[in-house]
Amino acid sequence: MDFHYPRSWADALALKAEHPEAVPIAGGTDVMVELNFNRRRPAALLDISAVPELAQWDRADGHLRVGAGVSYTRLVRELGPQLPGLAMAARTVGSPQIRNRGTVGGNLGSASPAGDAHPPLLAGRASVELASVRGTRLVPLDEFFTGPKRSVLAADELISAFVVRPAPGPEQFCKVGTRNAMVIAVASFAVSLDPERGRVGTGIGSAAPTPRRAGGAEEFLEAELAAAGMWQRPRPLPGPVLDRFAELVTASASPIDDVRGTAAYRRHALAVMARRALSWAWADLMRN
Amino acid sequence: MQIRLNVNGVPYETDDVWEGESLLYVLRERLGLWGSKNACEQGECGSCSVLLDGELVCSCLVAAGQAHGRQVVTVEGLGDDGRMSAVQEAFVAAGAVQCGFCTPGLVVATEDLLRHNPAPSDLEIREALAGNLCRCTGYEKVLDAVRAAAGMGR
Amino acid sequence: MSTLTGQTREPAAPGARTGNGIGDDARRPDGTQKVAGRFAFSSDLWADGMVWGATVRSPHPRARLISVDPSEALRIAGVYCVLTHEDVPGQKTFGLEVADQPVLAMGEVRYQGEAVALVAADSPETARRAVAAVRVEYQPLVPVVDPMKAMLPTAEKVHPSGNIVRHFKLRSGDPLAEAPVVVSGEYEVGMQDQAFLGPESGLAVPADDGGVDLQVATQWLHVDRRQVAAALGLPEDKVRLALAGVGGAFGAREDVSLQIHLCLLALRTGRPVKMVYSREESFFGHVHRHPARLRYVHGAGRDGRLVFVKAEMVFDGGAYMSSTRAVIGNAGTLGVGPYVVPNVSVDAYGLYTNNPPCGAMRGFGAVQACFAYEAQMDRLAEELGMHPVELRSLNAMAQGSLMPTGQVVDSPAPVADLLRRVWQAPLPPPLPAVAGVATEGLLPGGMANTTHGEGVVRGTGYAVGFKNVGFSEGYDDYTTVRVSLAAGPDGPVATVQSAACELGQGLVTVETQVVRSELGLSDVVLETADTRVGSAGSSSASRQTYMTAGALREACARLRAGLLARAAARLGVPEPDLSWAHGEVLGPERAVLGLSELLEAGPLEETVEWRHRPTQDVDPETGQGDAHVQYCFAAHRAVVDVDTELGLVKVVQIDTAQDVGKAINPGAVIGQIHGGTTQGLGLALMEEIQIDAGRVRNPSFTDYLIPTILDVPPMRVQVLELADPHAPYGLRGVGEAPTISSTPAIVAAVRAATGRRLARVPLRPQDIVGLDEAGAEGGPSR
Repeated sequence: MDFHYPRSWADALALKAEHPEAVPIAGGTDVMVELNFNRRRPAALLDISAVPELAQWDRADGHLRVGAGVSYTRLVRELGPQLPGLAMAARTVGSPQIRNRGTVGGNLGSASPAGDAHPPLLAGRASVELASVRGTRLVPLDEFFTGPKRSVLAADELISAFVVRPAPGPEQFCKVGTRNAMVIAVASFAVSLDPERGRVGTGIGSAAPTPRRAGGAEEFLEAELAAAGMWQRPRPLPGPVLDRFAELVTASASPIDDVRGTAAYRRHALAVMARRALSWAWADLMRN
Repeated sequence: MQIRLNVNGVPYETDDVWEGESLLYVLRERLGLWGSKNACEQGECGSCSVLLDGELVCSCLVAAGQAHGRQVVTVEGLGDDGRMSAVQEAFVAAGAVQCGFCTPGLVVATEDLLRHNPAPSDLEIREALAGNLCRCTGYEKVLDAVRAAAGMGR
Repeated sequence: MSTLTGQTREPAAPGARTGNGIGDDARRPDGTQKVAGRFAFSSDLWADGMVWGATVRSPHPRARLISVDPSEALRIAGVYCVLTHEDVPGQKTFGLEVADQPVLAMGEVRYQGEAVALVAADSPETARRAVAAVRVEYQPLVPVVDPMKAMLPTAEKVHPSGNIVRHFKLRSGDPLAEAPVVVSGEYEVGMQDQAFLGPESGLAVPADDGGVDLQVATQWLHVDRRQVAAALGLPEDKVRLALAGVGGAFGAREDVSLQIHLCLLALRTGRPVKMVYSREESFFGHVHRHPARLRYVHGAGRDGRLVFVKAEMVFDGGAYMSSTRAVIGNAGTLGVGPYVVPNVSVDAYGLYTNNPPCGAMRGFGAVQACFAYEAQMDRLAEELGMHPVELRSLNAMAQGSLMPTGQVVDSPAPVADLLRRVWQAPLPPPLPAVAGVATEGLLPGGMANTTHGEGVVRGTGYAVGFKNVGFSEGYDDYTTVRVSLAAGPDGPVATVQSAACELGQGLVTVETQVVRSELGLSDVVLETADTRVGSAGSSSASRQTYMTAGALREACARLRAGLLARAAARLGVPEPDLSWAHGEVLGPERAVLGLSELLEAGPLEETVEWRHRPTQDVDPETGQGDAHVQYCFAAHRAVVDVDTELGLVKVVQIDTAQDVGKAINPGAVIGQIHGGTTQGLGLALMEEIQIDAGRVRNPSFTDYLIPTILDVPPMRVQVLELADPHAPYGLRGVGEAPTISSTPAIVAAVRAATGRRLARVPLRPQDIVGLDEAGAEGGPSR
């Protein structure tokens, strides 16, 4: 096994181009488990944890560009107010030790349907910035995942950042697990409200082969809110609207039975979380 | 490959490190620093917790090469001149130690907590230590120990 | 918080003087090393020229083993050897009670993860590669995995002897007794793992005499040695075991795991061999708690008095016997709970299947039964319109009661008092009523923001349980200690030699406390536990403090007698004129001889083999007999908040009351109660090894969940000290009782919050919200 440790982004891309089989490793929270458990013996590791560019975030053109190497701890600390949904999700990732090391870039790279960062990023309509020596491309997140632990990332590409607008309105995230801490999601849900544009964003986790948006629920709610003039004059959401929203969120899921939960429970839990998360976000909106 | 790192203020150099090895393995099997423990090797139990450049991490999830040129503090590096740190003293005094396999990780995590938050609430203690599994104590005396250490100003 | 309520006490031990004696919160002698990371656990061992062992395991739960081809593995540079069953020089099978398990698979593999071959290599990574390179040919067979089918006479046999390892029968009173109020139910307990943190590990070093020295983490050195020596074909004195630091055990280290394998590799390679299981391998490397299905019928009078209990229990022991017989004996004899029941019929079965082998785990047999009988008591209370504590207290056993086995309960049995104590303990503040308040981390779902109060209902539940302490049913249960006393530069020093295993429970502290009190000195040296002295028996069954304290007390008494004899000779007075006080001998006319003076003539040494009072085998048809030495009792009250829509639970508070007879070390007693209660919480809410067609689905700490510090509530403990007149210092075994009743108390609280029957543990969210009919309704209830 080879170990490459670029100290600059240009070097990282050059190494990835030269060694497309090299597995990128940042916080190690996924890759090292596979190595320790003897599940994976890649030809090479590409350590991107010391690439300074990846650890930066900045704001331009009304968007945040967050380097793939920013840890969950830093997200919570530095970007909490601007990305509240993602910060809520970040706080549920593993433990302090994991949050200190783990990165959204790693979460995206692993492309697990259970990745905690995915639902809020989907709800916030984030894009993923992919780079290679060939150039850089920006992929909307809902086009990034192609299957369980699969994505459009090419062999010579690295994830450089995600790009997202600072939350334009209230955001919520919730995650069901069978323990009060340190759990992989049995199911998770995120919602984001954009009162200025009249948009609703959603993301569901652990309830389909990939993280995905609940498009039907978003469209339904946007139409309902627009028709009732609720964005301009927010009033409590009627029960039937919450119910229908929850129903449509569930309809977007295609969960399976696995060791962490049953498909039936996942559908049930999604409906409960969708209803609650939307009601909390809406209450936040009404308060402001 | 060759790794150079500083552990508890002492520079180490070790050769023939396999690239897939963890920092935990390097500490234990190459440097003979057995204090960091190997309970799960998947970041779930926290018993291998160390400070890497001052940051609390699971050393089982740090690739050996990622520790090259960096500063590591392990449980063996706490306290002064063979005297226990206040956190270590509190763990013994409170009876927070039974089998002791989780203890080094808990002690390191507690040191890190109190460094950032010298007077944590119970909920803050619980949140900070949620990544450190203990199978013997039920955590009650661990909480006692952390409260006591905080009370002593560490 | 803890309350120590002294009731009946034995007089202070003769030599009591120091503050680190019996009844004191003495500090652990190994505590400083443990917090400093300097305590050597079994995975921290190292020797010059050491190589690494690893195990080839079967991926199939049942298969015919066709061939093992090591040639490719042997071609890897750095690989020393590959061993199969053909390389086992002695007995090719081992086992705790019956040698039914191959050291390395022969003919047929009977569970997923069964050891097939061993490798030794120059590094863990080379060893892993070698394991992958050993070519094993299997012919997979259909595994026997359903215990209910396995017990049928038509079932395919896992072993030639048949699938029923033990059928325990208990019959007392009138088999046709009838009662006006009858409740029945079926219950299920999933497979729990001990999940100790320190993985199986050890170091074997070949010795010049052809023997081997093994350092290992275990619960019972001598029973390991017996099995290792048999497999190696060596006399036992050529196999020397020493205890390495143990990272928790909870029953999982009572069986041999890697002990024989390490020694085989060491003798073959002629080098020290180290093995450390990974967490995943650990799930395959040790036995688990027996999963069980239990069917109960309880009959009571309208006044609530129990008239009869009928129970049928099926325990899945998996592929090999381990301690299944004893588990069944406990489940059967303790199966109605700590209650007086005039008419009892129990049938308890332990089975062979092709599931993972099950054996000892904290509270074995008692845990499974208690979950079921306490659920039944709650149903009966509901049927009768009585408070659950009231019904239990009405039927509670007490000193003088008769067990269904016919054995008289001849020491305090404060069942009703324990229940009353947890019932009357202060309750936590009520659930915040308003949704949306800042309750992060305090509500079900923890930090994951699943509720702001919606759907959350509080519930309270009670349970009481009991278990036998020590080895039962006629087992010759003994402990050996050697205590020597010598003059040291700073005063007299007592040295204790014992094979009793410290697992974390604090035995080493107890040993120092007993010797300090008995001999009135402060310097007690504990030698490493090893096989240079006779067997200490197992550190299990809540027995080791009882047994070792008993043995040490006897050894110290003999040492004092020796000292008195010396004093008598020196002072020229008859022994009866002398007395012992605070580490000194008092003679007539104020003559005083200190220990140091008396030891000038040389050291003294006593070796004691100590037994608890004998027990009896039970009658095979009726289960009658004085099967047990002692019982331990605990009661719990659990208060929980349940998110009834998501099926998530937050335990808010647990109160425990336990009688310990005499707390040798009160702090350690409370630590045991906290830890045991928490393991019961784990079984109630999250811990299960999931098996599908004989295969383990979750062999990792990512998917086998144990409670974190955020899952455990404040635990308040009330300790009673009602001396058992038959036990040393009146003490009662402590370790297991708290694990037994915490599970049913928590589940009762969840039932109270949800109104659901919940007949299976661990509770799963889908059961709590009622999506899984079998789990939520407990199968057909009649």
